[in-house]
Amino acid sequence: MIEAVGLGKDFEGFTAVYDLNLNVPAGQLLALLGPNGAGKTTTVRMLGAILRPTQGTARVNGYDVVAQAQQVRHAIGMLTEQPGLYLRMTGLEYLIFFGRLYGLPDGETRRRGVALFERFAMPGEEKRRLGEYSKGMQQKVGLIRAMLHDPAVLLLDEPTSAMDPHSARLVRDAIRGLRDDKRTIILCTHNLAEAEALADRIAIVKKGTIVAQGTTRELKAALLGDPLLKLQLDRPLNGQLDGLVQVEQVAGNVVYYRTAVPETTNPQLIRHLTEQGVGVISLVEIERSLEEVYLQVVSEVG
Amino acid sequence: MALNNQWHMVSTIVRRELRDASRDWRIIIPILLLTLGFPFLMNFTAQRLVGFATRYGATLVANQLIPFLLLVVGFFPTSFSLVIALETFVGEKERKSLEPLLATPLTNMQLYLGKVVAALVPPLLASYLGMGFYLLGLRLAVGWVPTPTLLLQTLLLTTLQGVIMVAAAVVMSSQTTSVRGANLLASFIIVPMALLIQGEALALFWGQHAGLWWLIVGLALTAVTLIRMGTHIFNREELLGRDIDQIRLGWMWRHFWEGLTGRKNGRFPTPLTWYRQTLSLLPSLRLSALATALMIVGGLVLGGYLGQQYALPPNLQARFLATGDLSQVPMLAPDTTFAWAWTNNLRLILLQMLLGVFTLGVLGLLVFAVPWVMLGYWLMQVWLAGGSVLTAVFALSPHGTIELIALLIAGAAALRWHVIFIAPLQQQTLSERFLTAAAIFFRLLLGVVLPLLWLAALIEVNLL
Repeated sequence: MIEAVGLGKDFEGFTAVYDLNLNVPAGQLLALLGPNGAGKTTTVRMLGAILRPTQGTARVNGYDVVAQAQQVRHAIGMLTEQPGLYLRMTGLEYLIFFGRLYGLPDGETRRRGVALFERFAMPGEEKRRLGEYSKGMQQKVGLIRAMLHDPAVLLLDEPTSAMDPHSARLVRDAIRGLRDDKRTIILCTHNLAEAEALADRIAIVKKGTIVAQGTTRELKAALLGDPLLKLQLDRPLNGQLDGLVQVEQVAGNVVYYRTAVPETTNPQLIRHLTEQGVGVISLVEIERSLEEVYLQVVSEVG
Repeated sequence: MALNNQWHMVSTIVRRELRDASRDWRIIIPILLLTLGFPFLMNFTAQRLVGFATRYGATLVANQLIPFLLLVVGFFPTSFSLVIALETFVGEKERKSLEPLLATPLTNMQLYLGKVVAALVPPLLASYLGMGFYLLGLRLAVGWVPTPTLLLQTLLLTTLQGVIMVAAAVVMSSQTTSVRGANLLASFIIVPMALLIQGEALALFWGQHAGLWWLIVGLALTAVTLIRMGTHIFNREELLGRDIDQIRLGWMWRHFWEGLTGRKNGRFPTPLTWYRQTLSLLPSLRLSALATALMIVGGLVLGGYLGQQYALPPNLQARFLATGDLSQVPMLAPDTTFAWAWTNNLRLILLQMLLGVFTLGVLGLLVFAVPWVMLGYWLMQVWLAGGSVLTAVFALSPHGTIELIALLIAGAAALRWHVIFIAPLQQQTLSERFLTAAAIFFRLLLGVVLPLLWLAALIEVNLL
């Protein structure tokens, strides 16, 4: 659904993006993470057929972003980093304006607009001037604008920035709903918890290219090693786990070990210990956050 | 159907912009004052003027000033088109509301047209209305009615001034990301406009209606040029690709140097390859060479015409024929040194290059035409004196032919560079296009033009 091969963009001698490859199948959500200036926004602008790549190719919803730019723009909904609203217009006027640009009849836009305002907990607010909205409300209107024409692909740049926790949750729920509705989504965010909660796959961008890509679990395994588990027993061990798992540390009757496939290894391990007459008090996976992965990648590469 | 859709998109933009402008008191109140109040002030001024001048028997002076006041009444509201244009183009960029628009299926042209029309309509309507009030007041107070020609000329001048200001504002707005920066650049529009109004005032005062028609033609051409330039510049790439207002000399030099030397991936081409590449650039100059050739023909014809209108006294004409003294010919100087002959044409080329850079090639072309006007003038004197023009041409041709080719190439390359904003290359930003064209000019100058001029100078010094 979204595919980029060797994508790159130079601005008068400055390379903003280079050799960027990504593939987001239909109905999946890819989170683009990276520090400021890493090239996320430029990537999204190229995928949205706003900027023309200087290297490589990209296809969105089956359309080439250069040769079929108009079709691409029809197929996508884009939320820009700053909502960029016309503050003298009311919410509904604003949506009707954009609806016309997407070829929607005014009545249909009005119906969808009102429904979306309700969905984002802003019922009746569509009649007020956008200049009177809070920052979070303005961001939500930006998202409503992106969803208005029911696009197959959504490119969302920082959708929950400047929002209060309640609004952010509403937006996250809406994004989850869109993903479940088989929309293909690219989400640029600095909010790692949000990325972890929403994304099927994560790509970390640094200095203009993707330096790590995969599911959260794949990234953790690749960068932080296999999952680390903490096993608490009713007595100290005496070599009973040799050959079964990679033991990292033993502290009294607590054992830390790693395994690439916990779903297979753990039942075997417990069975083995039970046969040995060792009681298992608890077995938990040590939580490793995406933040650890992110910080490692960002500080490691280049 | 396609046209309908085009218009639907453009009108959607226009309506939104108009609605936005109509809600901004900073735009509406001054326009209303200039439309409803200013014409009456000018009426009052005109009545006082007529009364005063008539007392001293100088009715003619007052009558000549009234049309100028009409122009002023029209110009003041029109000047708001510049404010609206800068606000709508750069203001949107600054408030980041342009990007959501660029993400829609709107084409660059639809967005450009929508914004230009929206920036023009309110000020122009206000102008026409204000002029109507002013004329009505004059009709009732002093019984003055403009001639249809004067009315048409004033309306055209007002409209064209508005179009030029808006089109120029688009060009300016592409070079900045803030309204503050745009306001600084606006002086590049306001100063020429002020000079233009002064010129129009003079033409109106002296009743130079023919001159005003020429001015209208000139303004129309300028408007077309600026609109063409704007349609090239106003695109997604230029609008979002330029986020800084700084001059990056290092990058500029590198880009120019690579264009000039053909350096690629850190490697210079061999001299032979460089020469081949340079010669392969020549066919791309076809159109500009045609324009330059037309300037040569035009220069010769104009020179001939001037030669006939302002002929030299017969005794001076006869000197050309009796003595065959070619030193009388401005383009020939047999007693000159090789260095003088070689650098003489080079000076002309460099002057054309420098003047053309700042005037979209206009002054460059005029400078280029000067020697040909002089030659046309001289040939006409030869002909008037009963001499053979053909013989005179033959006298010039050994080195003149080579010079002609060299000047044609240099002139065409310079012109192409100067008008690059109007007909840009694809896939490059404006700065890249400008620097590439500059590099091509210098490349052809070094590789083709200078050697040809060297050869011509050698022939001129040794054979003549």
